[in-house]
Amino acid sequence: MKEIKITTPLTKEVIRQLKVGDVVLITGRLFTARDLAHKLLFSSLKKKKKLPFNLKGQIIYYTGPTNTPKGKTIGSCGPTTSSRMDKFTPSLLKAGLAATMGKGQRGQEVTSAIKKFKAIYLVAPGGCGAYLSKRVKKANVIKYRELGPEAIFYLEVENFPAVVAIDSRGKSIYN
Amino acid sequence: MRIVPVKKIERLTESLAIKANTVLRKDIMAGIKKAFLDEKRPLAKMALGQIIQNAKIAAREKLAICQDTGLPVVFVELGQEVFLKGGALDVAVNKGIKAAYKKSGFRRSIIQDPLRGKKDIQFTPVVIYVDIKRGEKIRLTVAPKGFGSENVSRIKMFKPTAEAEEIIDFIVDTARRAGPAACPPFIIGIGMGGTLDKAVILSKKALCCNIAKVNSSHILSRLEGKVLKEVNKIKLGPMGFGGKHTALAVKILTDPTHIAGLPVAISISCHATRSATATI
Repeated sequence: MKEIKITTPLTKEVIRQLKVGDVVLITGRLFTARDLAHKLLFSSLKKKKKLPFNLKGQIIYYTGPTNTPKGKTIGSCGPTTSSRMDKFTPSLLKAGLAATMGKGQRGQEVTSAIKKFKAIYLVAPGGCGAYLSKRVKKANVIKYRELGPEAIFYLEVENFPAVVAIDSRGKSIYN
Repeated sequence: MRIVPVKKIERLTESLAIKANTVLRKDIMAGIKKAFLDEKRPLAKMALGQIIQNAKIAAREKLAICQDTGLPVVFVELGQEVFLKGGALDVAVNKGIKAAYKKSGFRRSIIQDPLRGKKDIQFTPVVIYVDIKRGEKIRLTVAPKGFGSENVSRIKMFKPTAEAEEIIDFIVDTARRAGPAACPPFIIGIGMGGTLDKAVILSKKALCCNIAKVNSSHILSRLEGKVLKEVNKIKLGPMGFGGKHTALAVKILTDPTHIAGLPVAISISCHATRSATATI
């Protein structure tokens, strides 16, 4: 299968070229956030407060990793179900986020927002946390450390595999 | 009478919990490999290949197969001649789980207050089912249950006159609604009969059955085959990418039930269906 190498930050040009069903290998940055972190990010956006990281062109990866074993960069870190973050996603896309990555379907509002703001939705291999941990070269907690696996992590990844599940035209792989 | 120090149960629980989370069950791995060879759709085949690679890395490096190390369901078959000495059984099981999860860096996934008043998340308490059996043996099964699949599990109280087709439709509909996020290919555990609660427990026990082993009941074996065929017709496929393998296996356990009812419980489990068993 043809694999398209992409780097972060994602440019509008790259986003435009990616089509639903494309297999990508991501090299660059991922910012992790799941339920609680999204609630907090959303609240910061609404109050016009500074976010823990610059969203523009970046990818938010929905994951709650296990603890990092000795001598490794990160524990098991597969994707969690994206639809739980649906209600927060349109605002983040509006604010310049280029992509979200998780597993499973998104709701109609997210798909419309993806189309409107020219973003994409990626899916990473679910249940393959050990395999994915190998593609993470660096991992640091940058915010909400007290939330444990629900913290925001900054990850440096190399050839992190994903599939374009919704492209910037709003076409979904699940239809 | 056989005296067993409860510490032995604690240590056995610990080793089974580590094994269940890091070593993909042999029969599941065999099922995935078979599906990989059989699958034609490129993305579906790719997904199955990633699952196989993941299992190899997890076993080799003692990493969790999936970051959702689940809410463990522990089945204890306790011989009634056994005298447990030195503490409470449930405390020993929970201590064993905590030790395994802490040492291995598995995730705390158990929120103490289900209504989320307080955000207190721990490794325990786990769900424990104890069956008292004749004899002196103890059989322990640790089955961590991930909640991506748990959240799409269902039960329905059918009329006693329900046709097999209605029940099959319910199972197929459940698999369809489960969707990509529950990480197909699924292992589907079905419990039929008993009371509402017993049917669900049967469906969980069904997930611990070897998927390569044929059901000892010829009728149930045929029904399992039919349900699997119908579920795979929906072509959800591995990780929802389409293809032939929406489910790898359907396992049915039954119990006698009331003349006025037919509870049918479905425990959907993902491709990382995990359990480890030992008898002492």
